[in-house]
Amino acid sequence: MASIGSALLALAFLAAISAAALALAGRRGERRWAALSRRTVYAFCALLTGCVAIIEIAFAGNDFSFNIVQQHSSIETPAFYKLAAMWSSQEGSLLLWAWVLSIAASIALFATRDRLRELVPWATAVMMGVAAFFTGLMLFAPDVNPFATLSPAPADGIGLNPLLQHPSMMIHPPMLYSGYVAFTVPFAFAIGALVTRRLDAEWIRATRRFALIAWAFLGFGLLLGARWSYTELGWGGYWAWDPVENAALMPWLLGTAFLHSIMVQEKRGMLKVWNACLVVGTFSMALLGTFLVRSGVLQSIHAFGDNTVGPYILGLIAVVLVGSTALIVSRLDDLRSPKRIDSLISREAVFLVNNLLLVALCAVIFWGTFFPLISELFTGNKASLAAPWFDRYTTPLAILLVLFTGIGPLLAWRRVSWESAKRVFLAPALVGLVAAVALALFTDAAQRPWALALFAFAAFALTGLAQEFWKGAAARRRIAGGSVAGSLAAVVSRNRRRYGGYIVHAGIAVLLIGIAASSSFQTNREVTMRPGESTVVDGRKVTYVRSTASVDKLAFTAGATLRVQKGGEAFYLHPTRRFYRPTGQAGPGTISSYFAGESDSNIGLKAGIGSDFWTAGQPDIGGVQRHARAADKGFEACVAGGPGTPPQCKAVGAMMRAAAANPSLRPIALAQIERLQLDTARQIARGYVSEGAPTTFKAIVNPMVTWMWIGGLIALAGALIALWPSRARRRGAGVRTEGDALKEAKYREIRDAELDHAAGKLSDEDYALLDAELRGEALAILDRAGNGDGNGGGPVAANGNGAEPRETAPHG
Amino acid sequence: MDPQRKRKIRLVVALSAAVLLSVALIYTSFSASTEAKEPSQLLGAAPGTSYEMTGKVVRGSVRHRGDGIAFRVVDRDGQGRALPVTYTGTVPDPFRGGREIVLTGQVRDGAFVGEPNTLITKCPSKFTTKSNG
Repeated sequence: MASIGSALLALAFLAAISAAALALAGRRGERRWAALSRRTVYAFCALLTGCVAIIEIAFAGNDFSFNIVQQHSSIETPAFYKLAAMWSSQEGSLLLWAWVLSIAASIALFATRDRLRELVPWATAVMMGVAAFFTGLMLFAPDVNPFATLSPAPADGIGLNPLLQHPSMMIHPPMLYSGYVAFTVPFAFAIGALVTRRLDAEWIRATRRFALIAWAFLGFGLLLGARWSYTELGWGGYWAWDPVENAALMPWLLGTAFLHSIMVQEKRGMLKVWNACLVVGTFSMALLGTFLVRSGVLQSIHAFGDNTVGPYILGLIAVVLVGSTALIVSRLDDLRSPKRIDSLISREAVFLVNNLLLVALCAVIFWGTFFPLISELFTGNKASLAAPWFDRYTTPLAILLVLFTGIGPLLAWRRVSWESAKRVFLAPALVGLVAAVALALFTDAAQRPWALALFAFAAFALTGLAQEFWKGAAARRRIAGGSVAGSLAAVVSRNRRRYGGYIVHAGIAVLLIGIAASSSFQTNREVTMRPGESTVVDGRKVTYVRSTASVDKLAFTAGATLRVQKGGEAFYLHPTRRFYRPTGQAGPGTISSYFAGESDSNIGLKAGIGSDFWTAGQPDIGGVQRHARAADKGFEACVAGGPGTPPQCKAVGAMMRAAAANPSLRPIALAQIERLQLDTARQIARGYVSEGAPTTFKAIVNPMVTWMWIGGLIALAGALIALWPSRARRRGAGVRTEGDALKEAKYREIRDAELDHAAGKLSDEDYALLDAELRGEALAILDRAGNGDGNGGGPVAANGNGAEPRETAPHG
Repeated sequence: MDPQRKRKIRLVVALSAAVLLSVALIYTSFSASTEAKEPSQLLGAAPGTSYEMTGKVVRGSVRHRGDGIAFRVVDRDGQGRALPVTYTGTVPDPFRGGREIVLTGQVRDGAFVGEPNTLITKCPSKFTTKSNG
């Protein structure tokens, strides 16, 4: 099997290289070459799918002749985690990278199969170049071939680290990878656009969805990571400004900026240099994230010593940065836009500000993350920055971002008169102000001015967004009638991009409320108690009711039952700590070996809308370890059979000596010893409960942290709504040619302006001006298409009825 | 004012704000940072200065003491003399002998006293390519 896998991997490498070569051979737009190259990309995808399948089959079937299986799985590993174990390894995670890229590239090329004939060959070459890099890495770099074998095959594997055996392991890494990888597609098309000097918005229209998908995957991956850390790692936090966390956050921030600023290019033809730089930056950050976990250059919870592939990835980042910069500089003249931002009160102006904020945020995090290297360069000392430094800079930036999250949706494109601006801002501003005053008077929020400002701005933003939904629905209802809910659903489903985006904004505002509240008003206590004792944490009486202990073949578990009482309400929590025996060793270990392996906490968590009560315990197992050592010594003496040994001991000793002489008796002897050990360990566990050993508890009262998760899920839902294809697209009447795409985009703009007018965001005069402008632009597009110009042409003018949008909302 | 000039002024204001902010950023990062040291560099370190210590926990040296632990660390490559460490509070799940840790604290009476909640233990098994097998 492994040799078949190696062969498939080698073929995949050849396929990636030939797809790139074929694409470049057809760079003048010959259909034959393009089709051949596209099919080679599909083949590449199929070959890698084969590789992944072989690895997964080996994991599922405990084929320990595979090095990767032997190192990361074992017979005892639960089946669910056997499938996830692939990406817990270096080589498996590289394979996952390449595989996801092959899928993304295939989808992107399928979606553009009849379009962008000049641009696609270069985009294909870039994507397949990156793919060949990662596939080649697995083939040629030392120690990262997923099909490396062991001979003879060991009987059992080392096993998947118990700390990684968490449901999040199944989704968190693939989500992050998909996010990183999907950013390759917009990057590749941007390079194609730069090379061919086709620098209007066609590459953006072709890849906007990929950028949004990448953004959503990455965001969801980050959220899952935060959740995992909060519920599993036993320290009670969800974000630590750890380099690897930062490495995933940075491309997400730049991606967020990119998603906004490409709209400006799409609609106004501006910010072309900026967008090109952003997409290069985002992709480089994604590569940097991939690099950081594998390099060991920074101290992190995640960064692990080995750096066999680090230097190669660094080389790729350097090539990407130098090449892209040179390309952008050489195309500066083509990238210049004749247009300027009309007014500072317009959506594009706000987008520009939000872009600057997001890039500043990314720059701060970048500086802080790489400060150890920077400081070593300048002072010779490796020095690092802790969370307070990050907080100091990111807090004000995040607060400003929330403010602009609210301002952006309230403004229309191009220009807005003061009068209409005042009208739409009145209610949200009032609500924000009232929220600030009320919170300052009736809660202790005033002690934390930053948090108070964030709450007020979030209230402003949420009210503004609600007003947008309300006005959109009301405008629709005036024209089409029907119920309020029906109108709301109709207006959202007809303008998915807009309202999906608004829902994302609402989700982010809610998420930041959760972060601000839980980080500013948290109560965090550590206290050591014996069973029967109690303490008070933030007005809650916490009693250590009793200790628990249990043993099985794999682990020793020491736990506690806590009673938490506030007022008349009480609940019980059961934090435990499991001590695992080291995995992957032959024969029975000693009883002490229970404490020589990993240990992990199961936290006690009472989550609530108002606040979470979080607790983890660390039992004092000094007594248990002492008893275990004594038992091990006793067992040795017993087997040796000295004077005064009890009779059952003598029997075991005799059994072992018999087994040594006669190997066929070994399994029986081993089972006997295991049983005896387990009995002894159970006695020790009972001893732990009766001795009343102290446990150090960490207890945290975390206000409103639940809203962080809710906000994240709202944002994800918004992204899905924005991604959901429109009815026309689902019917297959979607965009086939570039002319169609251009036309559709302009129609959408006309509809947007109509909606803004109907919702009261644009005054009558503003709207009349804007509408005339847009219709003029639409006519120009139709004329051009009618003259057979443009990439792909197509029967665009067949519609023939001027600039009348096919589907007008809210007029229906 | 003509729009050309207005734009120029805006650009200058924006750029100077950016420069000022980055100077603040750079200045505070050097003053707020904690020096990173390995255990062997800390054996004779002066008391009273905070360091971020990166080292490897000596196997079998971890002792539970009341509400904290005491253990010894050596340099990451496993070389050099061991430095005694005390730490109060709960430890992260992956913590144990043989693991690499990062801990902020000060040297007091020849021992490194860790600040609560600063102990980071590296996640062990991911992305290791070699093992004793």
